[in-house]
Amino acid sequence: MTKKKLLIKNALLVDPKNEVEFIGSLLIEKGTIKEIFNKPSPNYDISDCKVINCEKHALSPGLIDMWVFAGEPGYEHIETIEDISNAAKASGITSIACRPDTNPIIDEAELVQYIIRKSEDKSQVNILPIAALTKKHEGKNMTEIGLLKEAGAVGFSDAYNQINNTNILKNAFTYASNFNAQIMQLPVSDLDKFGVMNESEISMRLGLPGIAKISETIALERELRIAHHTEVKYHSMCISTSESYDVVSKFKDMNDKTTCGVSINNLKLNENDVAAYRTFFKVKPPLRSESDRSYILENLSSDTIDIITSNHEPQGTESKRLPFEEAAYGAVGIETLLPASLSLYHDGYISLSKLMKKMSYNPAKILNLENTGSLEVGKKADLILFDLNQPWVCDADKLITKCKNTTFENQKMQGKVMLTVVNGNIIHNLMDQ
Amino acid sequence: MDKKSRDSSYLPQLTHLLGIEKISPQDINFLIKKSQEWFEKNKNKPQKSDILRGKTQINLFFEPSTRTQSSFELAGKRLGADVINMSLKQSSVAKGETLVDTAVTLNAMKPDLLIVRHYSAGASELLSQKVDCSVINAGDGSHEHPTQAILDALTIIHHKKQIEGLRVAICGDILHSRVARSNIILLSMLGANINIVAPKTLLPKNIDSYKVRTFLDMRDGIKDVDVIMMLRLQSERMQSSYIPSAREYFRYYGLDEEKLSYASRNAIVMHPGPMNRGVEIDTSVADNVQSVIKDQVEMGVAARMAVLETLATGYKND
Repeated sequence: MTKKKLLIKNALLVDPKNEVEFIGSLLIEKGTIKEIFNKPSPNYDISDCKVINCEKHALSPGLIDMWVFAGEPGYEHIETIEDISNAAKASGITSIACRPDTNPIIDEAELVQYIIRKSEDKSQVNILPIAALTKKHEGKNMTEIGLLKEAGAVGFSDAYNQINNTNILKNAFTYASNFNAQIMQLPVSDLDKFGVMNESEISMRLGLPGIAKISETIALERELRIAHHTEVKYHSMCISTSESYDVVSKFKDMNDKTTCGVSINNLKLNENDVAAYRTFFKVKPPLRSESDRSYILENLSSDTIDIITSNHEPQGTESKRLPFEEAAYGAVGIETLLPASLSLYHDGYISLSKLMKKMSYNPAKILNLENTGSLEVGKKADLILFDLNQPWVCDADKLITKCKNTTFENQKMQGKVMLTVVNGNIIHNLMDQ
Repeated sequence: MDKKSRDSSYLPQLTHLLGIEKISPQDINFLIKKSQEWFEKNKNKPQKSDILRGKTQINLFFEPSTRTQSSFELAGKRLGADVINMSLKQSSVAKGETLVDTAVTLNAMKPDLLIVRHYSAGASELLSQKVDCSVINAGDGSHEHPTQAILDALTIIHHKKQIEGLRVAICGDILHSRVARSNIILLSMLGANINIVAPKTLLPKNIDSYKVRTFLDMRDGIKDVDVIMMLRLQSERMQSSYIPSAREYFRYYGLDEEKLSYASRNAIVMHPGPMNRGVEIDTSVADNVQSVIKDQVEMGVAARMAVLETLATGYKND
């Protein structure tokens, strides 16, 4: 007989909202957090409880990954929602916002509904569709932002397509603000159209066309300026340079509707990893110089960087086993997001609760998910339990995702997900073994 | 020179020739010396040798090329290799076969030497990881063209005795030029002082990470130099607007008699070919006594014979 309640005891509770950590216990009932105790073993009648003794592993809200290519519709040969869900639940990710640049592009309410129906059927984690800001990502006509939002779109983005016409950009932002819709843009401009890696001494020596830092900065400044003017909620998805960091900081000082994220790749790797044309390190935004990486990393603890994303972008071997210029962009990241991020905590760059805040509480706030992303009584029980220290080595062949194009092949990882709970249901459990 | 390179028994341990950047000065000196020997031997009557008898050389060209391909073909044939030319512009590539597929297919034919020209930087590097034979880069995108740099060094030494201390100006489309990159690395390795002359749009942003001086004015850049190396304007590689017109380019960056007069009186004029006459070089300069462009072609065969011999005859440790 299944027990009605779940008592998770003797855990290191990580509360990202209040940025505190303490040993305690947590009770789940009917899919929500019923009670939080600041004792490892509370005085509670456990007769109707399934009890998990956590041996002081960390218990935090499940991760919310804000920028993931989930393959559906149109790229099912690369990734499916089912694969993503399986990889996510084993990796501590309980919610995934998926990119709209699929085939077809998610620019109609019916397509948003399709993804939601598909995930109800195939996914154990929450799948949150992001919709296009302009139809077919052509930058000409804005999408039906109201209807899309009503259908369940959590944000609006033209992904890697720049909206060239400033009038259209301004109107789309203005109209979005009308519906309090969340814009989620990437700082891309025509300037990087031909570039394939960070513009630097390395790209010059490799004879590869570079992506100048300025191409990111000008796109970012242009859109932030318009976002500020139109008072829309604007999230800059993945910044990669120190200049971008400073630009975002400036705008965040001016308004509280601006938020910003960074890909874990840009926190852990730099352009030197490209070495001799290693296409697995061809990602967007490109891996930048060490000074860019360390600048953002040193400032990670501040509030300028709101979120960290896996920037999960699966690619088959055939699209990576090509000369660098021709190879596809992207790296899988679902399964390495938590351990790679935890290394930032282990290395002393950020506290555990603050780190988890950037991957749970903050994304929930940005995506307007009132019910999740927090360790509070009454919130949905989307929780993960993880061993902070367990070492393992990333072996691409053992990844759950269909594609194996990881940037962390053979890297030593620290941290393992032991338990994943979504909506109060245990969907991944290594504690009973 | 250190003891190692003075030692006549020194043999390079090269498996591939992918770029000058990856080769030691000893190996460069060895290859130049070998090239000189072949040049001397070929001088009066081209020699036929059987050093590479029984060896198979495949010239794999993904970009059209007349002079480099025929130069490699001739070099291989003079050394007795069985040479196969494959121009893949129109065959497998059009059918969607990838570079790696092609490599695997060719590898099954068990060649000893694979000469590769490809429009993408790093293509020969990628191939070298997938085949069991020696790979020679005959030009990969805007990256490197190592045998061109060796033959250019050979040509300069032939006319100027040595490279150390020479003033060399490399002029034109540096941004898209693999010839420039290979030459900058090789010539500075051998002690030349290098001037780079180009309009800003054709100058890579981080060029100063090499030991070079850059000039936007051609007269300043070629003043008193001993060697002028002109580059071809690579219109086929230009994905954007870099220069307004051929006539404006010629006016400011084309080598004519007047600009040439700023160089040292005995300066030699080089060009890797094929030339755009009237764009980067005036016909009268291309054909005058200072021009050594024809010598470069002759040196090319000798340099490639040296490279083929070195790579194919077991001067490696595998």
